[in-house]
Amino acid sequence: MFRRIFYTAMLAGVLGGAAISVVQHFTTTPIILQAETFEGGGDHDKHGTLKKGITLVSPAFAHGDKAAAAAGEDEAWGPREGLERTMYTSLANVLTGVGFSLILTACFALSGRQIIGRTGVLWGLGGFAIISLAPALGLPPEVPGAMAAELTDRQLWWFLCVALTGAGMWAMIFRSGAAWAVGGVALIALPHLIGAPVPDRLGGPVPPELAAHFVSASLVTAAVFWCITGWLAGTFWNRFVGEEG
Amino acid sequence: MTQQTNNSAVNAYALSDVLAPAVLALSLGAFLVLGTGFANSDTIHNAAHDTRHSFAFPCH
Repeated sequence: MFRRIFYTAMLAGVLGGAAISVVQHFTTTPIILQAETFEGGGDHDKHGTLKKGITLVSPAFAHGDKAAAAAGEDEAWGPREGLERTMYTSLANVLTGVGFSLILTACFALSGRQIIGRTGVLWGLGGFAIISLAPALGLPPEVPGAMAAELTDRQLWWFLCVALTGAGMWAMIFRSGAAWAVGGVALIALPHLIGAPVPDRLGGPVPPELAAHFVSASLVTAAVFWCITGWLAGTFWNRFVGEEG
Repeated sequence: MTQQTNNSAVNAYALSDVLAPAVLALSLGAFLVLGTGFANSDTIHNAAHDTRHSFAFPCH
């Protein structure tokens, strides 16, 4: 069984990650690069930290060598602009793709249901709703330079939201009866009632039009990723039906 | 097409046969996603920077 999960996830993850790298080249990446041209204006001396509790989204890219030297720290390694950066992003996409595919395929196995490419797309859309859509309500996708709350708080809320949305969708889809449906809705709503951490202050350097465009670009790109990966995982899962070892 | 026929009998295996490999796959998958999307290392952050933003993982 592990072999079937592993083969399916490797193929779906590598192909899905590679495909989304191409899509990102036309959707999110140009906005990230444009946003970075606005980032860090006047904030270099502050090393990306504006006030306690508020940090720039990506201080590592927000300041130059001079600011890092002035702060007495070595600049962390980062890929060179251009091909090297694209290669590292693609590698990270493939690893993320394999990671999500392993989780998705493990869910296929646990469900015990027949899954083909088309049903795989539905599972993929479930992944999109849990991983991308629900957290985006509290924590909209951020362009580099956006004002944001403390990173750890945002990560914790993200995990909480993903876990509760996943549990809620499981209750609504795989259990029958009104009580499960109502319970599912309550679980999905709970992280939003608790509320995501918000920055103390708004007004990052990136124009709101660009930040708004990034939100839609990120969500659409994620939806494409989950559809492609879901279809690939469903197709390979069905193909490797004999690999139960 | 015989594969499809086999697959429709997929419920034949017990949950206990699926549980261990599924948990292993879930752990491995979570490890990969945590590594690329959440690891608190400047080097990993910078290498996976555009992936983190595009996937909307909470990032710096």
